[in-house]
Amino acid sequence: MQQTRLDNTFKQLGERNSKAFVAFVSAGDPDPVTSLKIMHGLPTAGADIIELGMPFTDPMADGPSIQASSQRALKAGMTLKGTLDMVRQFRTDNDETPIVLMGYYNPVYIYGVDAFIHDAKQAGVDGLIIVDLPPEEDEELCIPALNAGLNFIRLATPTTDDARLPEVLANTSGFVYYVSITGITGSASPEQNVVEEAVVRIKRYTDLPVAVGFGVRTAEQAEAIASVADGAVVGSALVDVIAESLDSQGLTSAKTVTETLKKAQELADGVKRA
Amino acid sequence: MSKANSYTTGPDENGRFGIFGGRFVAETLMPLILDLEKAYGAARQDPAFLDQLQDLQTHYVGRPSPLYFAERLTEHYGGAKIYLKRDELNHTGSHKINNCLGQILLAKRMGKRRIIAETGAGQHGVAVATVAARFGLPCTIFMGATDIERQKPNVFRMKLLGAEIMPVTSGAGTLKDAMNEALRDWVTNVDSTFYIIGTVAGPHPYPAMVRDFQSIIGQETKQQMLEREGRLPDTLCACIGGGSNAMGLFYPFLDDESVDIIGVEAGGHGIDTPEHAASLAGGKPGVLHGNRTYLLQDDDGQITEGHSISAGLDYPGIGPEHAYLKDTGRVTYVSATDQEALDAFQLCTKLEGIIPALEPSHALSHVGKIAPDLPSDHLLVMNMCGRGDKDVFSVAEHLNVDIG
Repeated sequence: MQQTRLDNTFKQLGERNSKAFVAFVSAGDPDPVTSLKIMHGLPTAGADIIELGMPFTDPMADGPSIQASSQRALKAGMTLKGTLDMVRQFRTDNDETPIVLMGYYNPVYIYGVDAFIHDAKQAGVDGLIIVDLPPEEDEELCIPALNAGLNFIRLATPTTDDARLPEVLANTSGFVYYVSITGITGSASPEQNVVEEAVVRIKRYTDLPVAVGFGVRTAEQAEAIASVADGAVVGSALVDVIAESLDSQGLTSAKTVTETLKKAQELADGVKRA
Repeated sequence: MSKANSYTTGPDENGRFGIFGGRFVAETLMPLILDLEKAYGAARQDPAFLDQLQDLQTHYVGRPSPLYFAERLTEHYGGAKIYLKRDELNHTGSHKINNCLGQILLAKRMGKRRIIAETGAGQHGVAVATVAARFGLPCTIFMGATDIERQKPNVFRMKLLGAEIMPVTSGAGTLKDAMNEALRDWVTNVDSTFYIIGTVAGPHPYPAMVRDFQSIIGQETKQQMLEREGRLPDTLCACIGGGSNAMGLFYPFLDDESVDIIGVEAGGHGIDTPEHAASLAGGKPGVLHGNRTYLLQDDDGQITEGHSISAGLDYPGIGPEHAYLKDTGRVTYVSATDQEALDAFQLCTKLEGIIPALEPSHALSHVGKIAPDLPSDHLLVMNMCGRGDKDVFSVAEHLNVDIG
């Protein structure tokens, strides 16, 4: 498979002995215009990789924060087509920052797998994380995406034991996303030593970078996690800032973009201290 | 789709019924459902497990349930001979207990210490709370806030049985949302917890496992009809939300070509309106809750809310095996509206002295549509899968009767 922006980013970070800050926001939260502004500002605020949520009505692996963020985006009219449009617009003045789309399979399935892969690639997407497509369902989207040159980033979890890890890693590319807790996004905080052991364990089976997420909320946690992995993913803490910044009608306010990017900068600083 | 040699060979090793079914779950759950598949595979071949299940079915549930000739309904419609499979007489008042007993025995066998479940009408929740009490396991039931409001008697029953009720306020606060929340709990409590799914949906092996535990309905029906009439029934009819009672009745008859099989979905205010829960009639294939099946959804693949007068049918999906049986044409799927179900509810109560749940009232309303045109020697079996005690309050409301 050819090199993607993800491969390049991790390579450059590795050369500087620096860790990746992966910032998650839902596409279209709280509305498409504000969301694009946030997206544009994230690289300057220190995000090395943008993980863009594809809003879905039934995000089964997500906690209340990302559920609410997804709902806000849907209410503001976001669709999968709209998400791809956002990526396209982002790419008009940023050709370096990798973009990973994260979400659930149904909207992609309804869009049409071939059409989706084509349009995502053309829009400037680098990788996909589809929560409800385990290796057992690789024929659905993973294999066609890999063939088209998109990274398919798999989640490894505390329940993925040594017997299963090789299967989970087999068709993974770009990086491995280690889910630091058994649970939903934004819930319990991971313990550094447990995460460290897990990262070491995964690295026995792969040369891919390992980024860790689920439950990372503060700059201190991001620093702790990044110090034992190749990157830290933060989502719930960022979308919570969006939620708190909204006005009484639930609409974007003057603070929404600045506060969200300020939080991103704090988290990025944490990761860079690692 | 070409005609299958047998309709009973599914699912394949990947949990597929044709293109439907599968294992669309987060990685955290994947090892758990593989474990479950293995444990269930072993249990179903273990005579000790099967004996214990049978003993409980006989002495705890009260099986076999009668196959009752509904003489006055037959007279009323003036056509086919109508039989009711009386699963509403089971302990806890519906077919749900058949599946719950099987799953809780499996949970014990697997050393699980805590039970979770989703419920819509509360019939499954009551059955889960019942077996959890019987086997001394703590249980948490996820139930949509809307359903809690319209199913108060069942909520209280579950509490009496010692279950913890977790109200779910996301979405429309109905069955779909309760299932999301149960899955979130399961992802969080992977080591201790067994998830008793109440219908023939979810990731493999649930659709096949729940069907197997419910198939006793069809097996008994077959034997009872042979004893009673000396031949197989001509038509089977059952209501469908997720479709477990229907799958249980249909499955043993799928390869009996002479038997006409009809599933009745919840038509709500009509399937030409957005207010219904008929996933086969008004949905298209998609992926939700671990399986590919027909789903009510919009053009962007966002799941839409079902609507039905019956909380038990108010689900935007349907078991994947039903999706397969629809596409192969083996089973005919139709729908009945809220109003038609209400009418059938009252008719059955007055003519047979049986208060049906609103769910099977949908099936009965379809029986009323076809029975008059069928000959008097036509044997029609409808699955009376639940009793209507739980619906008395909401029916009173629909009939504008104040019963305090």
